[in-house]
Amino acid sequence: MSAEINYKDPSFYMNRELSWIQFDKRVLSEARDKSIPLMERLKFLSITASNLDEFFMIRVASLKDMQHAGYKKKDIAGLNVSRQLELLNAETHELVSQQYSTYNRSLLPLMMQNGIHVIEHHEDLNKEQGSFVDRYFEDNVYPVLTPMAVDSSRPFPLIRNKSLNIGALLKKKGKDGAEVEFATVQVPSVLQRIVEIPAKKKEGERFFILLEEIIERNMDKLFLNYDILCAHPFRIMRNADLTIEEEEAEDLLKEIEKQIKKRQWGEAIRLEVEDGIHKQLLKIIKKELKLSDEDIYRINGPLDLTVLMKFYGLEGFDDLKIKKYEPQIVPQLPPECDIFEQIRKGDILLHHPYQSFLPVVNFIRQAAKDPEVLAIKQTLYRVSGNSPIVKALAQAAENGKQVTVLVELKARFDEENNIIWAKMLEKSGCHVIYGLVGLKTHCKITLVVRREDEGIRRYVHLGTGNYNDSTAKLYTDMGLLTCSEMIGEDATAVFNMLSGYSEPLSWNKLALAPLWLKDKFLSLIARETAHAQKGKKAHIIAKMNSLCDVDVIAALYKASAFGVKIELIVRGICCLKVGIEGVSENITVRSIVGNFLEHGRVFYFENGGNPEYYMGSADWMPRNLERRVEILFPVEDEKLREELFHILQTQLADTMKSHMLKPDGSYEKVDKRGKKRCCAQDEFCVEAVAKANKFLKPDVSKERVFIPEEHHE
Amino acid sequence: MKVFAAIDVGSYELAMKIFTINAKSGLKEIDFVRHRIELGTDTYRNGKISYDHMNELCSVLRDFKEIMRSYKVDDYRAYATSAFRESENAEIILDQIRNRTGIDISIISNSEQRFINYKAIASRGEVFDDIIKKGTAIVDISGGSIQISLFDKALLVTTQNLELGILRLRDRLGRLQPSSIHYEELLEEVIDDQLIVFKQMFLKGRDIKNIIVVDDYVSVLLKNHKSYKENPGYSDRENYFSFVTTILHKSTADIARKLGIAQENASLMLHSAILVKHLMEAMDADLLWAPGVTICDGIAYEYAENHKLITLEHDFEKDILSCTDDISRRYLGNKKRVEAMERIALTIFDGMKRYHGLGKRERLLLQIAVKLLECGKYVSFVGVGECSYQIIMATEIIGLSETEREIVANIVRYNSVEFEYYNVLGRRTTLDEKSYLIIAKLTAILRVADGLDRSNKQKFKEVKTAVREGKLFLSVDTTEDITLERGLFGEKAKFFEEVYSIVPVIRQKKRF
Repeated sequence: MSAEINYKDPSFYMNRELSWIQFDKRVLSEARDKSIPLMERLKFLSITASNLDEFFMIRVASLKDMQHAGYKKKDIAGLNVSRQLELLNAETHELVSQQYSTYNRSLLPLMMQNGIHVIEHHEDLNKEQGSFVDRYFEDNVYPVLTPMAVDSSRPFPLIRNKSLNIGALLKKKGKDGAEVEFATVQVPSVLQRIVEIPAKKKEGERFFILLEEIIERNMDKLFLNYDILCAHPFRIMRNADLTIEEEEAEDLLKEIEKQIKKRQWGEAIRLEVEDGIHKQLLKIIKKELKLSDEDIYRINGPLDLTVLMKFYGLEGFDDLKIKKYEPQIVPQLPPECDIFEQIRKGDILLHHPYQSFLPVVNFIRQAAKDPEVLAIKQTLYRVSGNSPIVKALAQAAENGKQVTVLVELKARFDEENNIIWAKMLEKSGCHVIYGLVGLKTHCKITLVVRREDEGIRRYVHLGTGNYNDSTAKLYTDMGLLTCSEMIGEDATAVFNMLSGYSEPLSWNKLALAPLWLKDKFLSLIARETAHAQKGKKAHIIAKMNSLCDVDVIAALYKASAFGVKIELIVRGICCLKVGIEGVSENITVRSIVGNFLEHGRVFYFENGGNPEYYMGSADWMPRNLERRVEILFPVEDEKLREELFHILQTQLADTMKSHMLKPDGSYEKVDKRGKKRCCAQDEFCVEAVAKANKFLKPDVSKERVFIPEEHHE
Repeated sequence: MKVFAAIDVGSYELAMKIFTINAKSGLKEIDFVRHRIELGTDTYRNGKISYDHMNELCSVLRDFKEIMRSYKVDDYRAYATSAFRESENAEIILDQIRNRTGIDISIISNSEQRFINYKAIASRGEVFDDIIKKGTAIVDISGGSIQISLFDKALLVTTQNLELGILRLRDRLGRLQPSSIHYEELLEEVIDDQLIVFKQMFLKGRDIKNIIVVDDYVSVLLKNHKSYKENPGYSDRENYFSFVTTILHKSTADIARKLGIAQENASLMLHSAILVKHLMEAMDADLLWAPGVTICDGIAYEYAENHKLITLEHDFEKDILSCTDDISRRYLGNKKRVEAMERIALTIFDGMKRYHGLGKRERLLLQIAVKLLECGKYVSFVGVGECSYQIIMATEIIGLSETEREIVANIVRYNSVEFEYYNVLGRRTTLDEKSYLIIAKLTAILRVADGLDRSNKQKFKEVKTAVREGKLFLSVDTTEDITLERGLFGEKAKFFEEVYSIVPVIRQKKRF
C-alpha cells in the first residue's frame, strides 16, 4: 500500500516561512498568556517584534531577491516565489495586528493597573508634564537631531534601515500660496526611547512618554521658518542581507549573478507608519521609497515594539517578573575540582541553563594552566562580548600550549565582533582558522590533549549550543564531557579536517555534516522503518529547533506509514504536517516556547529494543545537513542515557508551554484535561536545584544520631 | 613513553602519524594527518618534481613540524618513496626542504619501502600469523608500482615489483584518452597483460588462498562500507566482486557519493578496486584482508624495533633469508654447498667479532652473500663473479636498502675477482667508505670460507675457530683428504691477512 505513496508530494508539506509565522505567533501567545507576569509578557511581545524584523531583513528580502531574479523553482510545498510572498503578506499583516491588539487591549491597561502610565500622545500631557518634556527636549534631544527638509535643491535623504523617523509636511511661514515641503528627522538611537516624567502624586505611579512624541511636540523648533502641517513617525526595513541567503538551491546564486543589475541592494521592503498618517505625507514617502501598498503597515500604537524590552529593564517591578533562575552547579563538577580527574571517572552530561555553564569555561581555564596539557582545539561560532573562554584560550597560548581555534566569521550579525577577538587570539599566539570556504562551521567541539603517565589522553566537550556564557543562561542546551578514546580520535580528525587536511579514513563515533550526517539520519530512520515492518517496536523521539529537510521528512513519513511512532519536539519551523491519512498519522509535533529558548538537539531511536541516543549541533534543515560543518555524537553511558530519556519524557509530558501541531497546520496549547500539570522548564529547574543541594548539603541525618552508651558489666 | 612521528612522502599523499610508544602497550596511533599532493604526476610525466609542488610540500611540512611540536615529539622519521626515487632532481628538492623546514627526508628503496609495509602488517600479530599459514599474497599498492609478496607455510618466499601503481596506471591510460565507456576495459587489459607474466613466472605450483591488501582505497572501503560491517577489513571473493561491479561505469561524482568518499579520491578508488579484483582472479584467491595499515605504521614499528622499545613477535630476518633462498633456487644454487659455506662463514664471522667490529646486520649481509655466491653460474661458468654481481644488482631483495644490496653484490663479486681498493671502487660506485670497509671485511671472510670448500664437497662437518698469536686457527673435523683445500688455501687467505693482519691456518683434527 505505502509503496505507492509519493512522500515528497508538495501537498504533504508546509511552507517554511508560513511555519515561521506560526512560531512567532506562539511566542506572541506567551505575551497574551494571563498567567504570566506582566513584564515577561512585555518581553515576549518585544521578542516577536525583533523576530519579525529579522525575518523581514533575511527571509522576505531573500524572497524578494528571488522574485527580482525571476526564480521559478517551487518550494517544498509547491509554492512559487510570488505566491509565497502573497501568502506571507497576509500573514505578516495579521501578525502585526495581533501584536498591537495584544499591546493595546491587554498590556497597556495592565501596565496602567500596575502604575506604569505610558502617555501615548503628547497632546495628553498636562501642563507640568509638558514643560518637563519641553525642557528635556531642549537639553538632551535638540543637540543631537539632524532635521532634513526636501525641496528641489535637496534630494530625498537616506532613511536608515530599522531607524525610527518622523516625517512632516511643512509650509513656509507667512506665504499663503507656498508649496508644501517634506521634512524628516531621525529619532536618535543614542537616546533612551522611553523617557520617565517625574511625578509627585502617588507612590508607585510612574509616567513615561516615548521619545518620538517629545520630538513631534517640538517639531516647530526644528523648522523655525515653517508651519508644521503634520508630523508622523515612520520606520522602514531594507533588504539588508548583502550575503545571499544560502538556504536556497545552489542555482539561485548563479541566477542572481546573472540578474545582478536588476537587483536593488538595500531596497526598502517594508514601511511602518502611524495609523492615521496624513495622506499626502504617506504618498511622498511611498513614492520616494518605491513601495507598494502591501508593503505598508499601518500601526495602531508605537512603532517598533522592541522598545518594550526597555520597560522590562526598568529598575523595580520585580514582582512583575519571574524570579531570576540561578544556574546550578553540576554535582560531578563542583567548583575547584580537577575537571580532568572527574571526566576520567566517567562521561558527564551537562544541561544548561539549569546547570551552570561554568564547568565548560573551567574546562578550558584548567587546560590553559595545566602543565601536562599539550594542545587545546576549539570551534567558536558566537561568543559573548567579554568571553572568558576567549581569554582562557589566549592564556593557554601564552603558556606555550598549542591552541587552534576555528572562528566562524560567517555567523550572521556577529561578523565584526568575531573579527576583533579573532585578531586578539592570533596576537596571543593561537592558530586561528577562519572557517572553511563555502561552509559554515556550526559544530561545537573542544579538544584538550593531555600527556599522562599511560600515554596521551584526549578530553572532549561536545555541545548542542555555542560556547557563549551569556546565552548559556537563556538557551536550553546539552553538553557532554568525555575522555572516550574513540571520540577523542574522532575529535582529532575533526580538527585535522578543519585545518585543511584530508578527511579521515573512517569515523568511530561521530557523524559529520555536510558529508555523512544526512545519510546517518536517513539510515537511522530507515532502520526504525525496517523494525516496524518486521513487527518490532519502533519509536523515534527527536528534539530540534527546525525541521524542514525534505529528504528527512519524507523518510519520517515513510516510517510513520509503516507504523513507527514518531514524537517530535520542534521549537521553530516545521514543514512536516501531521495527521495525513496513511502518511503521518503516527507523528506528533509539539513546540515548547517558554522562558528559556529551547535550543538543544536530542535524538532517540528505539532500534528494536536497543535504544540509541544522540545529540548534536544540527537541525533537520538542508542548511545544517548540507552546507554546514555539524557534529552528531552518541551518548552511550547508561546513566546519561537514563537522564536523557527522562529529559525527553518530561518535555513530552509538558502541558504548560507546549503547543501541539494540528492537521490544519495551526498550533494549539496542549489539552490539559486528564493530565498532570507539567512545565518541563520549571521541572528541570527544580531538579537541578535538588541535585545541587544534595551535593552541597549531603544528608546529615545519619551523622546526627546520638549513640547511647552501652552498659558494660 | 616516547612520542614518535612517522612522515610518509608518498606519490599522491603527504601523511604523518603520531604514535606513543610504550613497552607495555606498544605502539598507539594518536594522530593521523594527510594532505593530498600528487608528486607522482610530476615525476612519472616529466621526471622532475615541480617548483610549485616543492613549495606546497614545504608549507605542509612546516605545519607538520608545528603538530610535532604540539605533541612534544621525541623523534621522527620522514621517508620518501617512488615519486622522489624516480625524480631527477630529488636531491636538490630534499636539500631545499631541509633548509626551509628543518625536516630531513630520506629516500628509501622500493624493497625497503615494501619491507616496512610488510612490518606494518606483521605488527598485527596473531591475525597475520594465522592468515599466512595458508598460501597468502601481500599486495601492496602504491602510486608508482605494486609489490606482490608470496607466503608459503608462513614463510615469505618471494616478492616482486610490478609497475602497476594506481597513479601510474591512471596517468598512462589518461594519455591514451580512451573514451569513458571503454576506459575500464582498457584498464583491465593493461593489468592482465602484466599479470600473465607474473603468473607464469611466480605463481606456478603455488596455491594462494588469501590476499592481504595494503593501500589507501580498498582498505578504507573494506573497513567502512556497510556491506562489510559484520567483519570489517575482510571480504570473500564473491562479495568483493559484486561490489566492484556496482562502481563500474560510474562517474567519479557517483562513486564518491555512493561510497561516501571525497570526489578527488574516487578515480583512484576505482583503479585500486579493479586492480585488486584482477589480482584476486589471477591468483584464484578466496579471501581478501585489509589490515588498514599504512607505511607510517611500519616506520614507527621499525623505529621502535631499532630502539628496542618493543619486543618483536615476528622474525623478519628469517623472511629476508627465505626470500634469498628463493632467489638462489631460481638460479639453481647448490643447496648443500650453500648450507656448508654458511656454517663456515658465519663461524668465522662470529669468531672474529673482536677484530671486525661488525654487527648483526652485517652478519645477515654475509649470509645473503653466501647464498647468492654462485648465482652467476646460471648465466656462465666464465666470469661467475661478474655475472653474479649483475644478477644481484638487478634483483630486488626485500628488506635490504640499495646500499646494502650493492654491498652484497660486491662481496660476491670480489670473491672471485681481484679486490679493488677504495680509490678504484669509490670511482665506480656511490658507496661510501664505511660500506667499502664492510665489503673488504666480509669479502675476506667469504674468501676464507670459500677456500675451505674448494672441492665443493663439503668435507668439513664442523669448523671451530680460535685466534691466538696473530693467527686464526680453523679446526676442521674431517677424516677426508684435504690436500686440495690446504694447497689452494694460501691464495684465498692472503686477502684475509691483509684486512685483519691475522693469518688463517687450517688445523685438521685427526680422528681415529
